[in-house]
Amino acid sequence: MFIPLFTLSSSVSGIMLRVLLALLPAIAVYVWYYGPAILVSLSLASITALATEAVMLKLRNRPVAPFLGDFSALLTAWLLALSIPPLAPWWLVVVGTMFAIAIAKHLYGGLGSNPFNPAMVGYAVLIISFPATMSHWLSPLAHAQTSLSFADQLGYIFGNPLPGSTTLDAITSATPLDHLKTQLHGGVSVHDAMQSQVYGYLGGYGSEWVAAAFLLGGIYLLGSRIISWYLPVTFLVSLFATAGIFHLANPELYAAPLFHWFSGASMLAAFFILTDPVTSPTTQKGKLIFAAGAGFLTYIIRVFGGFPDGVAFATLLMNICVPLIDLYTQPKVFGQKASTSNKQERP
Amino acid sequence: MRQLFTFHGGVHPPANKTQSNRTPIMQAGIPEKLVVPLHQHAGNTAKPAVQIGERVLKGQLFGMPEGSVSSAVHAPTSGTVAAIDMQVVAHASGLPDLCVTLIPDGKDEWVPRKQTDYRTTPPAELRNLLRMAGVVGLGGAVFPSDVKLRPGAAKMKTLVINGAECEPYITCDDMLMRERADEIVRGAEMMRHMLEAEEVLIGIEDNKPEAIAAMQQAVQQCGFARMEVVTVPTVYPGGGAKQLIRVLTGIEVAAGVRSIDLGVQCFNVATAYSAHRAVEHGEPLLSRIVTITGNVAQPQNFEALIGTPISVLISKAGARPDTTAHIMGGPMMGIRLPSAEVSLTKACNCIIESSPALFPPPPPAMPCIRCVRCADVCPADLQPQDLYWFARSKNFGKAQEFHLFDCIECGACSYVCPSHIPLVQYYRFAKSEIWANEREKKAADIARERHEFHLLRQEREKQEKQAAKDKAAAAAKAKAEAKADIKPEARPAEPDQIDTLRAIVRETAHPEVVHSDAETKD
Amino acid sequence: MFTALIIMSLLAVLLGAVLGYSALKFKVEGNPLVDKIDAILPQTQCGQCSFPGCKPYATAIASGEAEINRCPPGGEEGIRKLAELLGRDFVPFGDDAAAQKPKSVAIIDENTCIGCTLCIQACPVDAICGAAKQMHTIIASECTGCELCLEPCPVDCISMIPIREDITTWKFRFPSAPASRRAEKDKEALTA
Ligand code: SF4
Ligand code: SF4
Ligand code: SF4
Ligand code: SF4
Repeated sequence: MFIPLFTLSSSVSGIMLRVLLALLPAIAVYVWYYGPAILVSLSLASITALATEAVMLKLRNRPVAPFLGDFSALLTAWLLALSIPPLAPWWLVVVGTMFAIAIAKHLYGGLGSNPFNPAMVGYAVLIISFPATMSHWLSPLAHAQTSLSFADQLGYIFGNPLPGSTTLDAITSATPLDHLKTQLHGGVSVHDAMQSQVYGYLGGYGSEWVAAAFLLGGIYLLGSRIISWYLPVTFLVSLFATAGIFHLANPELYAAPLFHWFSGASMLAAFFILTDPVTSPTTQKGKLIFAAGAGFLTYIIRVFGGFPDGVAFATLLMNICVPLIDLYTQPKVFGQKASTSNKQERP
Repeated sequence: MRQLFTFHGGVHPPANKTQSNRTPIMQAGIPEKLVVPLHQHAGNTAKPAVQIGERVLKGQLFGMPEGSVSSAVHAPTSGTVAAIDMQVVAHASGLPDLCVTLIPDGKDEWVPRKQTDYRTTPPAELRNLLRMAGVVGLGGAVFPSDVKLRPGAAKMKTLVINGAECEPYITCDDMLMRERADEIVRGAEMMRHMLEAEEVLIGIEDNKPEAIAAMQQAVQQCGFARMEVVTVPTVYPGGGAKQLIRVLTGIEVAAGVRSIDLGVQCFNVATAYSAHRAVEHGEPLLSRIVTITGNVAQPQNFEALIGTPISVLISKAGARPDTTAHIMGGPMMGIRLPSAEVSLTKACNCIIESSPALFPPPPPAMPCIRCVRCADVCPADLQPQDLYWFARSKNFGKAQEFHLFDCIECGACSYVCPSHIPLVQYYRFAKSEIWANEREKKAADIARERHEFHLLRQEREKQEKQAAKDKAAAAAKAKAEAKADIKPEARPAEPDQIDTLRAIVRETAHPEVVHSDAETKD
Repeated sequence: MFTALIIMSLLAVLLGAVLGYSALKFKVEGNPLVDKIDAILPQTQCGQCSFPGCKPYATAIASGEAEINRCPPGGEEGIRKLAELLGRDFVPFGDDAAAQKPKSVAIIDENTCIGCTLCIQACPVDAICGAAKQMHTIIASECTGCELCLEPCPVDCISMIPIREDITTWKFRFPSAPASRRAEKDKEALTA
């Protein structure tokens, strides 16, 4: 007999489904600016994730149907696909997703037991193993010297050479973060570097709107109470503050905080990656510490590290600390808070 | 307006109270057979005070309270005692317990009743009267009321009367307040008098406007100046004793702390009513109001004699064939009854008939995803997901460290869990394992002490024997050397030596086992 | 390079000194290990471990003379606790170990008892009362179920009855949820 006799009609699958829903606007904007290639990698990742999940569940002797239906594997797949270049060859997506699901998730005990964010583990493995392939980002359609047909893109993803005289450079470009880093290394100031067409109003041309769409989806999640404000707000504030301090110290060397908000995976991390409940702290105070740390590390790795973005490594580093954070931020239980009225009453 | 306080968390499950509170309380009458358990209260089982075959009158003592925390049990009507034996009772275990079976004679003939004026009676005498009248907390915890009325360490400030009735489906307190507000209020005033409390606050959730109006009118009519009916917001579990005390006074009563030591005490409205009947009418606790609801034709409240078979009440409310389980208590905290043949006890405030159509079983449990929806609603500020983890891995020490015993088993966490984990079942499991461990440890400690004393005694006997032998030898010697003037040196073991040994034994034994048997929901 | 080495070794020496000092400083009087082991043993005092009681067995374990799997009343749970306390591996009961029995209490058949007092002398916890030539009884709440009184009784009037669960000792069962149950088995398989 299950007591309570009735429960709230929420479920894991319902939660995951709404998170997926919240990603849709960003995907739409992505397609608008960069063409439909992203849809291919999303589908590839989804199929791989579901297949891997099913195989792993079978191997672990777990019922397949309820776990496949919880959409958590699908969410991992989408997050990973959104973090890697859409024009990446098919095996890159497949390897990354398989690693994320089989190793990062199931080897650690499956849903609910994995200490590291699976999507970020997948991303980290790819960027360490295939740094060059991982840097071929599509240029926004408006900037590309030639535009590829969808069929050509599909062909390229599955290993065909690019048609005719098209070179890879003609259709890809560095991300704004990468571009800025290279320029700064070359002695160009932030202000001058930012004159390039790579940049838009706040972040990168095009990508800033994708970030804005992530923000929109995030606000929907906040509104429907799927996530709480602790993680995203603290992360963004921490990133803003860190970037702000550096920017104030030397605006020629360090970009403005808003630029950091709207470039790279900042918004995606704030609302979709850090908020993964399994790999984030459970206490409110812990969430503040976790997100603040992640924001700080993201900036440091992004600006001073060798990788194009810092979100994945910042997330993974903070994931390691979660058990410790949880342990040291246990809230006071009922009756142990020194409430004023209690003090007066105690003899 | 009085300043109210809040507690962390809470949920808003659908109330489902209107099904059963539209008709007045119905008298269930005298059934053919009454089975009255002798252990219906927290504390020790009452000792049987009747014999098989004896004719008893209504209100005659069935069971005598034993020990300081116990309560009396009475014959609910007049008749003949048919059996005193082990019968399955309304308990989650489905195990039998000692019961008195009474065959009513239908005359409903009372023992002589003595009315008492509480104003001229010393509190100690009143407490004994309540104990002998079998008055216990009727909110479900059945803690003997006389024990809760013993003065505490602090000066009593507030007496809280709990009419919140926060759990869905249950309406017995609601109906009692609507129909018998006057007697509740008088009972409350008597309790205030006994505790010498400064004020009485009657907390009622705002979804019971009729009850609030009736109670306010009763307070006004009786002219009790220090009594106030306070409307509190509807939130589950706002009717938990600790939560209501917090809302009304701002005081938080931690686990293992007696609220009376903080100057506040809490009683259920039905308890106040029964206390009034017991003292001013001389009527012991023989019946209670019980809500029969869920899958029945006409959900309603009955006033039924303790010992009435539940099945009788269900059929009066119109049993339905597709009922699969009988739940005692509310939908959030209730327990499944072993069968409908068990009898009504003092603890039983509500019976919910459950059918798969009415309460479809939740989907199978998924792993915990650490979403902390449970922690967000926990009224005790616990981390249910951690407790679940420890309870499941049988890491009881850790569970205790994370305040398992502060959990009031309200079920709010299970209610919101998207993984549909039966969290409370895990906590109940862990708690009863810990209690069993403590019992075992206590028994082992006693055995150790007794064994050590046994060894000590053997040692002493040996010494004594040796001494006797020496003495005999000495005596023989003395006889032989009759003229010599030698006194025997050896003596039986020095008494102070034994005392030292005994002290050592006592030190090595460890009798300090703390048993956290906190009074929870009244 | 050298400085690093020197610093590391200094650090090691320092830490070692601190540890050694605290070991001396916080050393507890007596032999707490024996008491700690004794606290885990069930105190049935039955002697099935081949020692005359729990304390002697505890002493033997502490001095390394006995294995930790000799106490049937403690069950596997007891072995597990001992293993944890001593930082050793779990050892199952040997084949020669006495069989585990459900916890019981002894009861004297009052019609047969001849009042010989032999059982009184055998009982390690003085749970039997009675005087010579009087009928004896066992205080059930004090009886540990050690069975030591069975043997000496010349008329075989003592029998053991298993303790049955009643309402006050009943325990809530482990919730049976199909998915998590299997998860648990997996965990066990992994750790085993
Ligand atoms: S609500 Fe359920 S799934 Fe969420 S943290 Fe609590 S126990 Fe885990
Ligand atoms: S059942 Fe216990 S842990 Fe769950 S919400 Fe209630 S008090 Fe908190
Ligand atoms: S076998 Fe008997 S005497 Fe030996 S430790 Fe166990 S309970 Fe004690
Ligand atoms: S009565 Fe018998 S079984 Fe019980 S403790 Fe004494 S000797 Fe052992």
